[in-house]
Amino acid sequence: MPDYILEMRSITKSFPGVKALADVTFSAERGEVHAICGENGAGKSTLMKVLSGVYPHGSYGGEILFEGKTCEFSGIRDSERAGIVIIHQELALVPHLSIAENIFLGNERRGRGGLIDWHKTQAEAAELLNAVGLGEEPTTPVGQLGVGKQQLVEIAKALAKDVKLLILDEPTAALNDNDSAHLLDLVRALQERGITSIIISHKLNEIEATANRTTVIRDGQTVETLDMVAPDVNVDRIVRSMVGRDLESFYPERNPTPGEVVLEVRDWTVRHPQQDRLVVDGASFEVRAGEVVGIAGLMGAGRTEMAMSLFGRSYGRFVSGRTLIHGKPVAPRTVAEAIGHGLAYVTEDRKQLGLNLLDTITRNVSGAALPKLAKWGFVDANLEAKLARHSMDSMRIKAPSVQSVVGKLSGGNQQKVVLSKWLLTGPDVLIIDEPTRGIDVGAKFEIYTLINEFVESGKAVVVISSDLLELLGTCDRIYALSGGRITGELPVAEANEEKLMTLMTKEKEAIG
Amino acid sequence: MTVTASRGPKGALAQPPEKNGLGELRLALTRNLRTSGIYVALVALIALFALITGGASLSAGNVTNIVLQYSYILVLAIGMVIVIIAGHIDLSVGSVVALTGAISAITVIKYDLPWWVGVLAALATGLLIGAWHGFWVAYVGIPAFIVTLAGMLLFRGLTLFVLDNVSLSPFPDEYGVIASGFINGWLGGYGYDVFTLVVFALGVVGFAMSQYRSRKARMGYHQPVPPLSLFALKILAVGVLVMAFAWKLASARGLPVVLIMLAVLIMAYTVMMQHTVFGRQIYAIGGNLAAASLSGVKVRAVNFWIFVNMGLLSAVAGIVFSSRTNGAQPGAGNMFELDAIAAAFIGGAAVTGGVGKVVGAMAGGLIMAVMSNGMQLMGIDQSLQSVVKGLVLLLAVAFDIWNKRRAGAH
Repeated sequence: MPDYILEMRSITKSFPGVKALADVTFSAERGEVHAICGENGAGKSTLMKVLSGVYPHGSYGGEILFEGKTCEFSGIRDSERAGIVIIHQELALVPHLSIAENIFLGNERRGRGGLIDWHKTQAEAAELLNAVGLGEEPTTPVGQLGVGKQQLVEIAKALAKDVKLLILDEPTAALNDNDSAHLLDLVRALQERGITSIIISHKLNEIEATANRTTVIRDGQTVETLDMVAPDVNVDRIVRSMVGRDLESFYPERNPTPGEVVLEVRDWTVRHPQQDRLVVDGASFEVRAGEVVGIAGLMGAGRTEMAMSLFGRSYGRFVSGRTLIHGKPVAPRTVAEAIGHGLAYVTEDRKQLGLNLLDTITRNVSGAALPKLAKWGFVDANLEAKLARHSMDSMRIKAPSVQSVVGKLSGGNQQKVVLSKWLLTGPDVLIIDEPTRGIDVGAKFEIYTLINEFVESGKAVVVISSDLLELLGTCDRIYALSGGRITGELPVAEANEEKLMTLMTKEKEAIG
Repeated sequence: MTVTASRGPKGALAQPPEKNGLGELRLALTRNLRTSGIYVALVALIALFALITGGASLSAGNVTNIVLQYSYILVLAIGMVIVIIAGHIDLSVGSVVALTGAISAITVIKYDLPWWVGVLAALATGLLIGAWHGFWVAYVGIPAFIVTLAGMLLFRGLTLFVLDNVSLSPFPDEYGVIASGFINGWLGGYGYDVFTLVVFALGVVGFAMSQYRSRKARMGYHQPVPPLSLFALKILAVGVLVMAFAWKLASARGLPVVLIMLAVLIMAYTVMMQHTVFGRQIYAIGGNLAAASLSGVKVRAVNFWIFVNMGLLSAVAGIVFSSRTNGAQPGAGNMFELDAIAAAFIGGAAVTGGVGKVVGAMAGGLIMAVMSNGMQLMGIDQSLQSVVKGLVLLLAVAFDIWNKRRAGAH
């Protein structure tokens, strides 16, 4: 009987309309490094939120045993008291506070009268920094450190809480190769101190090099747990396990008839808005009239960033690259210019970036095309109402009226409102980022049908999706993106999930 | 922030409207509790003070007085509600009222130039100040709270400087017409002014027709409308109230010039906010800044012009106020910004931006006006008046938040 520090038995967790975790069973042995793999949306993060108490006891089904005791955490504080610390992809550090202050935030070293003992704080912080191999003064503000060093501060913070089980969610997604290597060395060093780690990562090479065992999750269910020292276990084996599904037949039929090139992107390179690293690195691709082109990539591959920077430079800092529309070089510097050149971008985050939830369907639908609906600055209300009405019918938006407030619609209907809004601008190229995120199956089919209708009218579509089946089901050609670079291009007839996943996990060195 | 909790439950469509008239009425009332509630509250307040003061608050003289006394606050509230809808605030308007009034007074009184040169000088000053605020907010990216707090100090200081710390008066008579002039007797008078009644009657007819047209249009687009009886009742109620108001004015001194100006401004800005690209982009920015900018809205330009407009309206208020007080005082306009902000919020503007109406802000301003005036008539102490106004503002916004939470709760 192995010595399990953590056992999670038959965990289920539902959100309205979605079953995020159907049945996950997972256990970590004391002192191991255990990796969790799965596609985006497979349920990895949800599982970790259940474990760390973000979703409190009672809001999920199943049982959690930590060190042999049943856990009923009602919040993060409870799980941290037990010795479970989770380090999220978005670091939770306060940039203006010093390293030492951050390490002991919420866990202050107190002296007489409950006041903070700064000497003790500094001394212990220095020890912890030594333990994680970070050669910085404890008084340095965290904001002055790079992401890699900030990650180490997070780990030092976890050590200050007497961590027994450390969970790292995509720890190396934002790190360069040196920093990644250092971080993984540190994880192994912590293992020698008896600390168990769970790593969630898309970088399968790293997992192969670091983890003792790997659990694969798919569609909210545990697929299997692989022993990494077994002879037949390698990256390919994990990929197969991650994607092993049949292509379901809920994608509408269509007959692609690609015409001339509509959008051509050459050597597109974009820098992160704050950090000094390239998010998109020399990407080139093209889209033809009547064609749906897919962009596949894991989280952090730069898919959304590439699309948004193409769309009037609305992300990051432009470094270099050219765009041609219908063979003519164009350089839209603002969203308004991009719209003018016939580009449209449907965001992956409709609530934050796509809609005004306070306003009506009519006004959301007309939002991007408003200047076209106006004469002398006055909106033609009749035309607007007619177009909104038409959108509602043709897109099959289900709502009491065009005056309904968008915030009250279901996800699928909201997505149709966003689509309507962009179709109304009369685009030649429609870039759709995660076209069906968070919407139900029926609405998904309708969205695919709408995409097909649009393409059949001789327009071009770029679909960005985390769902490989969706890409295989809707696209004619698929580009794979990894680390901001296009790592391959496959016609859909030759593509399958394994091939895509291999391209998507290809790292810089491998490209050559 | 919980203030934005107007998000509906996931996957739930709004319920289909009930078919019987009473159910529809209840639905319409609860759905528009916030927006209709404010007008009901205004009427209730007017009735309450009429009762307490034994009708004194409804005397022809007092009604006219309220219009004259609060017109400049209402002008400010028009600009302020637009600033608030866009998600900003303007703390400087009181100081700008003082400075523009002072510039006008200096031009007309000190340099002995015609009255309209003073008006133009004040308007130009307001535009410049608005551009100054707009530059810092829109193009440098400093929060409006800070920029206009600085403006509040800056322009108060400049007022003291240009006035040498003393008041300047009096204006020539023509200038006084702006705030205290009346149109009376154009169609003859019989103890009441016929012209005033005719103007208001035309207004009521116009209102009824536009309401009917929009009702028709809504029905044409298969949208729910209240039953015809309820619709007629609403038009009738508005008509009676407006004509009663007109009667009071007609029996006193006629149609105030400043009221004509105010009516023109309200109509123009309502059209701007509802029917122009610019107005709609203001709502878009306040409702979701990121989505607006990803939809091609030139956020910086819109923010800039919002503040230019606020500066212009502050100058209009400054002209009216200096005309009413017949001079410029170093302390003019003190705390006006707070009255204007309160009017906007009581009138249904959302603290987080994206929601609000010019007409709502006018109702909010009138609620403040009626309360102040009523309490003055009752001889209530100044200190207690301030306490009551503070509580009303707090409760109005609390009600707004409660209402939104309730809407988002189930």
